[in-house]
Amino acid sequence: MIKVQNLVKTFGSFTAVNDVSFDVEAGEIFAFLGPNGAGKTTTIKMLTTLLRPTSGAITLDGLNPQTHQNAVRQSFGIVFQDPSLDGELTAMENMEIHGVLYHVPHKVRRQRTEELLKLFELWERRKDQVKKFSGGMKRRLEIARGFLHTPKILFLDEPTLGLDPQSRNQLWNHVKKVNEAENVTVFLTTHYMDEADRVAHRIGVIDHGKLVAQGTPKQIKEQTKTESLEEAFLALTGSTIRDESAGSADQMRQFAKMWTGGRR
Amino acid sequence: MSAIYILWLRELKRYTRSRAQIVASLGQPLLYLLVLGFGLGPVFKRAGNGNYFQFIAPGVIGMSVLFSSIFSGLGLLWDRQFGFLKETLVAPVPRLQIMIGRTLGGATVACIQGLLVMVICLIAGFRPAHLSAIPLALGFMVMIALLFAALGMAIGSGLQDMQGFQLIMNFLVLPIYFLSGAMFPLSDAKNVLKYITRADPLSYGIDGMRNVLGASNAAFDPRLDFIVLAVVGVILLVFDAWRFSKIEI
Repeated sequence: MIKVQNLVKTFGSFTAVNDVSFDVEAGEIFAFLGPNGAGKTTTIKMLTTLLRPTSGAITLDGLNPQTHQNAVRQSFGIVFQDPSLDGELTAMENMEIHGVLYHVPHKVRRQRTEELLKLFELWERRKDQVKKFSGGMKRRLEIARGFLHTPKILFLDEPTLGLDPQSRNQLWNHVKKVNEAENVTVFLTTHYMDEADRVAHRIGVIDHGKLVAQGTPKQIKEQTKTESLEEAFLALTGSTIRDESAGSADQMRQFAKMWTGGRR
Repeated sequence: MSAIYILWLRELKRYTRSRAQIVASLGQPLLYLLVLGFGLGPVFKRAGNGNYFQFIAPGVIGMSVLFSSIFSGLGLLWDRQFGFLKETLVAPVPRLQIMIGRTLGGATVACIQGLLVMVICLIAGFRPAHLSAIPLALGFMVMIALLFAALGMAIGSGLQDMQGFQLIMNFLVLPIYFLSGAMFPLSDAKNVLKYITRADPLSYGIDGMRNVLGASNAAFDPRLDFIVLAVVGVILLVFDAWRFSKIEI
């Protein structure tokens, strides 16, 4: 479903993604793990047509994201690291806009919105403005929205960041349910190793832009002779802390937190 | 087409839902209208320029359209970092449609805001030459709104943080307003001021409204007002489309 060959992305003299190759089969849940700044988000951006690769080839469902941009965009759903909902609008209206932008016919849109909001336990709150939702509810709504146009692939970029264990647990159960019911391929990144261990069929570990390990959680543990995925991850990537300089997005995020009184 | 419509509708819904903001944004024009209108009125009259309230009303309407349209464009900055912009940019819809939907939405909101201020002006004692002048004035409002919504979006496409926002406010929006002849007659402007005020597109918008509303001290021919607004508006819309197509997230 996803085929990546010798993918490279450089920003000036900095190489964010360095010769990465992997395959994700249809219906698989693939976790992409790595420390901060390892190149996870850059890879997702290239897979989702938001960035052009410096070199290398990507095919999504047999199509090249560069040459068939709109067809590829129609074929995937994405949940970003930052929320991308409109807080002033209701849950229903957010779904409605997504449906229109993805050319989902009116009738199907209604029906699927109802199904998904019920599945993600948001149907009762469908007429409430999204800014009144908790972090977990917003996340669930974003994922429900990502599924609305029946994508073949769903990208989840750190979807559980800042959620409590209950919400995390529930969120992954929902994702697994739709993955099984609709055979959707899921490509996710996370910092919680226990989640990856529990949810993912296969895992890729990226560090300094290079893919350092790939396989089932079991294979990776065996390969590094460790007990848990967390230990395996540390064995693969070392224990130095990666300090990213705060970009403008981080500053804005902080500003927003102040502004909204930390509701986000 | 449906993408343009839904994004236009989104801007309208956001506007009608923030009632506190609507009231707040009427405060500033009211202040200018009442304090300057009634405060400077006698001086203006003594200088032989006629009724200042009649003169300043189109200026204050123009101001509210200017502020509202530029801010709707700059709202892109907010949407960009943690909002909704990414959702629209990864959708299988051409960017041009997204930009058109947003710009039309912002311009519509600005026109509603302008109409509200016009109603306040009418209540406060502003009298247009004929009632039939109001649709024509609305036409000028639409042109001002589109022009500055496009400018705001073009700038918002490149802004990265809130500090930039302050710069735009102090070095672009306020000068555009103060140099537009909203508060003083352009026909009396001399030397450098004369050329700067003539380079400000808002001058022609407010002058156009003065012309059609029959307010005193219009400086240009209404046809010139129309042509300048149309030409600058089209240029800025093209610029907006180009800037919007360059956004990276």
